[in-house]
Amino acid sequence: MSGEIKEYLRTGIIRVEDLGELPSEERLKKKPVCITECIQPIPCDSCYYACKFNAIKMDNINDPPKIDYEKCTGCNLCLRTCPGLAMFTVGITKDGKGYVTMPHEFEPYPKPGDIVEILGRRGQSLGKARVKFVFPPEKNDKTALVTVEVDKDLIFEARAIKVM
Amino acid sequence: MKEDGRIKKHPILKFDRGKKVYFYFNGKKVEGYENETVAAALYAMGVRIFSRSFKYHRPRGFFCAIGKCSSCLMRVNGVPNVRTCMVRVQEGMVVESEHAFPSAEHDIYSVMDYIPFISKTGFYLKTFIRPRFLYGTYQKVIRKFTGLGKFPTKKAVYKPPKENPLIETDVAVIGGGPAGLSAAIYAAKLGANAILIDENWRLGGQLIKQTHRFFGSARHEAGIRGIRIAEDLTRQVEELKDKITVMLEATATGYYAEGIIGVVQKGKFIKIKPKRTIIATGAYERTLVFENNDLPGVYGAGGVQTLMNVYGVKPGNEGLMVGAGNVGLIVTYQLLQAGVKVKAIVEAMPKVGGYLVHAAKVRRLGVPIYTRHTILKAYGNKKVEGAIIVELDDKWNPIPGTEKNIKCDFICISVGLNPTHELLYQAGATLKYVRELGGFVPLRNKYMETDAKGVFVAGDASGIEEASTAIMEGRIAGITAALQLGYGDESAIKLREEIMKDLEEMRSGPFGEPIVRGIKKVLIEEGAQ
Repeated sequence: MSGEIKEYLRTGIIRVEDLGELPSEERLKKKPVCITECIQPIPCDSCYYACKFNAIKMDNINDPPKIDYEKCTGCNLCLRTCPGLAMFTVGITKDGKGYVTMPHEFEPYPKPGDIVEILGRRGQSLGKARVKFVFPPEKNDKTALVTVEVDKDLIFEARAIKVM
Repeated sequence: MKEDGRIKKHPILKFDRGKKVYFYFNGKKVEGYENETVAAALYAMGVRIFSRSFKYHRPRGFFCAIGKCSSCLMRVNGVPNVRTCMVRVQEGMVVESEHAFPSAEHDIYSVMDYIPFISKTGFYLKTFIRPRFLYGTYQKVIRKFTGLGKFPTKKAVYKPPKENPLIETDVAVIGGGPAGLSAAIYAAKLGANAILIDENWRLGGQLIKQTHRFFGSARHEAGIRGIRIAEDLTRQVEELKDKITVMLEATATGYYAEGIIGVVQKGKFIKIKPKRTIIATGAYERTLVFENNDLPGVYGAGGVQTLMNVYGVKPGNEGLMVGAGNVGLIVTYQLLQAGVKVKAIVEAMPKVGGYLVHAAKVRRLGVPIYTRHTILKAYGNKKVEGAIIVELDDKWNPIPGTEKNIKCDFICISVGLNPTHELLYQAGATLKYVRELGGFVPLRNKYMETDAKGVFVAGDASGIEEASTAIMEGRIAGITAALQLGYGDESAIKLREEIMKDLEEMRSGPFGEPIVRGIKKVLIEEGAQ
């Protein structure tokens, strides 16, 4: 029985290999792009209606969203509404630095310039990172969007922050 | 009892506790806030034992915090057996623990729990009858050990008026949660007069503790926090105040002949005779069988959510969550937001039952999820100090040697909900046990009308589901009730069809599949003839 059950359902951890096709490095370098970690069919379409660029495809409300990386502008509108906090914006700058934007709903909220601990998919520490940008919690009903600068190999691994 | 368990800073919530008031607990002057219930105020000052069990005087903590479990009964202002989780603190209030001496905290009668021969069934019934002339004395003594509370003081005795008021209305809605609010709003929007009856002192039902954003259809409040939906629905009810009469702190105690609903509000009995009744009484939390599951500190996950998100009181410092359904996962996340550590989530099923995204959210914050594990026992002296969890094999038996000791000061049970069906049963609706819907639910047609005349059901009382679907069901029931009374026109029928279509689409995925299967078992063609 347990053989048929997907690994992520046994552990609750979504791994990079569970995510399907990810944006290419070339695309990541062009401008930031949203990725979705909502891979299970659940009845929700808030990101589909939030997207102003028609970049999110969904056949019906139970269909997991698929992002058209060419249309996506990395505007973060889907991050602001996703009830599963399952949307992230990632990017790589020309000088090879990685950026991850993630929702954050904990006290204390960080400020730009703060050094925070970044956490991986299992809650493990991935070291420290500098906060580059914070979309303030009071502007988005308490869900702040925090952009941290990380090693470019960590943009698909850094998924939470701990303010020190 | 110097400690203050109140949350000072919360990422989402601001707690409006109101004015500070003083009341008396077992003779001692203590403080609380006017918007807190007695149970919340006592919990904040460190009280964990609220009552003692009937026979063995085992300590009892609170469990549900929403007036359904009777674990927190105390004597308040001379009235015995008051649910302290439902009554707000007032200046000078006198609160006493019952059925214990000298107090529930230190009860000398708890020796009952340690005398093995007394626990034999019927021991005292067979023993304390001879010699015959002592029978009366035995009764007097035994009475002190058992029973719940003492008779009320003269001041607290209820004096009924000669005639109870009778209020007639178009629609009575019982329950002010997402389903009930939506039903009242939609019935009133079409022109029907409605009375909305709720036990709590504010509307919103369990939405008022849902700090997370809701899943669902963007056309029906997806991406919005539950607390905001409660605020919005409450505002809509206020805007319709010419049509909707709200009765708060009012308990619908019975459904009587000729369709009269008995309501007790602040010590008064009121009769309501509606043309249509919508029962949206919600659900109550299940518990789980394990050793010491009655130890104070073993709480319903929803109870903990009420305590921390409505009253801003921390349930403890380190918790264990039992059950990885949506409630378990969401409450875990909310515990972390309140600054409480969650040591682990255990789930007997081989997989996470709730949404994967909720699980991923707590995993990346470092909370382990043990699937195929269960709780073996809780331990601690008068309150939870830890739990033993164990792995299960394919036949659901504990695997010896896999026990883990988890130190924690509270345990949340989130193993599902049961629909609150009592009023439906009284009203004459045919109930059926449907596992997929969480328990006994009434037969109903697609417009949520049961086979009892003029009685509708909506929300969790019709089957355990989500708040978003409860809102839709409430709307359907409200519109239908109003239509039957001659209100509304073609556009109302069209609106109802649209809502039904959205609801069907919501349920079309794998998570909706068991719900659809369950509803098929209780769906009838027509309502009452």
